[in-house]
Amino acid sequence: MTPPVTAAPPTAFHRKRPVKKIGVLGWLHANLFSSLFNTVLTLLVLGLLVWAVPPILDWAFIDAVWHGTTREACETVGGACWPFIFQRFGQIVYGFYDEAARWRVDVVYVFGAVGLAWLMIPSLPRKGWVGAALLTLYPLVSFVLLSGGWFGLPVVSTEKWGGLLLTLVVAAVGIVASLPLGVLLALGRRSTLPVVRILSVVFIEVWRGVPMITVLFMASSMLPLFLPDGLELDKLVRALIAVALFNAAYMAEVIRGGLQALPRGQYEGAAALGFGYWQSTALIVLPQALRTVLPDIVNNMISMFKDTSLVSIIGFFDLLGVIQAGATDVDWTGPNTALTGYLFAGALYWVFCFSMSRYSASLERQLSQGDRR
Amino acid sequence: MNLRTLVLGLAAVLMLGGTATAGTLDAVKKQGFIRCGVSDGQPGFSNPDAKGNWTGIDVDYCRAVATAIFNDPNKVRFVPVSFAERFTALQANQFEILSHNTTWTMDRDVAQGLEFIGVDFYDGQGFMVRKTLGVKSALQLDGATLCTQTGTTSELNAADFFRAHKLKYKILVYQKASEYIAAYDAGRCDAATTDRSGLAGDRLKLKDPNGSIILPDTISKEPLGPAVRQGDQQWGDLCRWVLFAMVNAEELGVSSKNVDAQLGSTSPEIRRLLGKEGAFGTKLGLTDDWAYRIIKKVGNYGEIFDRSVGMKTPLKMQRGLNALWNKGGIMYAPPIR
Repeated sequence: MTPPVTAAPPTAFHRKRPVKKIGVLGWLHANLFSSLFNTVLTLLVLGLLVWAVPPILDWAFIDAVWHGTTREACETVGGACWPFIFQRFGQIVYGFYDEAARWRVDVVYVFGAVGLAWLMIPSLPRKGWVGAALLTLYPLVSFVLLSGGWFGLPVVSTEKWGGLLLTLVVAAVGIVASLPLGVLLALGRRSTLPVVRILSVVFIEVWRGVPMITVLFMASSMLPLFLPDGLELDKLVRALIAVALFNAAYMAEVIRGGLQALPRGQYEGAAALGFGYWQSTALIVLPQALRTVLPDIVNNMISMFKDTSLVSIIGFFDLLGVIQAGATDVDWTGPNTALTGYLFAGALYWVFCFSMSRYSASLERQLSQGDRR
Repeated sequence: MNLRTLVLGLAAVLMLGGTATAGTLDAVKKQGFIRCGVSDGQPGFSNPDAKGNWTGIDVDYCRAVATAIFNDPNKVRFVPVSFAERFTALQANQFEILSHNTTWTMDRDVAQGLEFIGVDFYDGQGFMVRKTLGVKSALQLDGATLCTQTGTTSELNAADFFRAHKLKYKILVYQKASEYIAAYDAGRCDAATTDRSGLAGDRLKLKDPNGSIILPDTISKEPLGPAVRQGDQQWGDLCRWVLFAMVNAEELGVSSKNVDAQLGSTSPEIRRLLGKEGAFGTKLGLTDDWAYRIIKKVGNYGEIFDRSVGMKTPLKMQRGLNALWNKGGIMYAPPIR
């Protein structure tokens, strides 16, 4: 569209009033109503929100039931059934872990939270030591505390682990074990030694080619048939190994991407300095490769965290499984019980995944400080 | 060939390779508890309650076996397994008893290395209708619209039933359990149909559970019962007679409340059941008061039924086929003698 021709050439006095660029109105104009298309989009989205959000809020909070001890409390109301969550909260957090021993889980939670917070708050010193302790000492202590059997702690068998505890154990083991394994596999796949390379390729392709559910199923039901008599591996341990190996294959491909993105000159430069393979890999190649693919690594970890819910199909009561089982309890089944449970589980998953994504974003900023001036 | 068939086939091959399953009772005694494979959440059959205790018919059966062996209903470790992996897990010795509301079918009994030890719940397809419909029997459902789930035999059973009785009907088939019950709740059909045990649980998901009833008719056979691995007669016998003892106890009027008084009974049947006469427990590899302990600590079949799925529970299931043979049902146990 051409503007109408004006008689006089534009001068300072005839010029159009400039668009306001500051303040609320300015922001609105610049970001939401800058063109006809954007205006239509804005109105559409607004309409969608007005249409969808209030009923959800109504259901989740306003029409919801907050007090009660059995399903009768929720029977006649058309909203969320929160007493179900309150009543089952212990189970959601600890599974069927013996109540007298739940302090042990708390200790593990607190140590983990403090350790992670330490790593995330930039001003705190000695991150290397804390990180090393988190990766070595912490899993040991957690294992002793959670499974018991040492120092007079009563044993809590792994069938009783459940809820958030199980989800976090599976996710943490998967995440922590898959990274180093993935690095080794990625290096192996790019190795010039044929045996190493072929083994790595076969490992990666086999694990990547099989669905997670099949892997879990094999680990839980089929593996015991192959194990020699007398060797009894705990079902949870089998599942954890399966999760770690499965995710290592994915991680390997992510890291290989980082290795390939590295210019040849870096390798040559390292060689020119007289670095051997391990030196150049550890000091030159990996730090850069890992930094490049950090968003992908975290992406993988987030999807791994959510995939932990698949363990419920082999009879574990993870966060989702414990809520589902709770919703089928005749004391609680109702039209809204399961939905409330899913909403709560979704919220919890979101909190964890969003935290991971935020942490990765801050890590990226710190690591890319060299690129910015 | 789907995954399940493949896995089961593999398991069967490995079984032939010779997993010796004899001596389960000795192994269990050494282990100090039994392991019982249960469903991971089936209302009234096996469900963890708010305290994490397992409840239901399937669960109580395993508690009874534990009580017979160890005199302690808590000497049992429940291993929740999914429908897909339950048979493989039993073969792989993940547990000694599969008590997973499993339908006893010929294929499973003969070809899948399972030994069904009896029926602890006669399930079958039923109908749920709104009370306002005023229908008392499925035969009055002429011209009705039904809601059901795909992937089950429910659709076929309903078709057979309506054709056999020359009734007209329309059927709406839904993918998931949650969908068919929601459609019924929204009034899109006059009746919902699936297995009665499922209907009882699904009824509670309605906006007004008390506005609907489950009709007394059962139109298909789904005998549910515990199973053990084939190949260990002693263990199979023990598990079978634990179930029979509970049914016999109900028939003889022996319950957890009066079992101590019944010890002084003069009825030869009760005396044999409670171990006052004969050495029946010893023959099972237990002590002769085995059934006394089961009844005292777990209860007879009727007590288990009533507290798990009976009229006083939210599931409100009538005994129906599961009433004793002399009370209008088909629940029947061979005598102890």
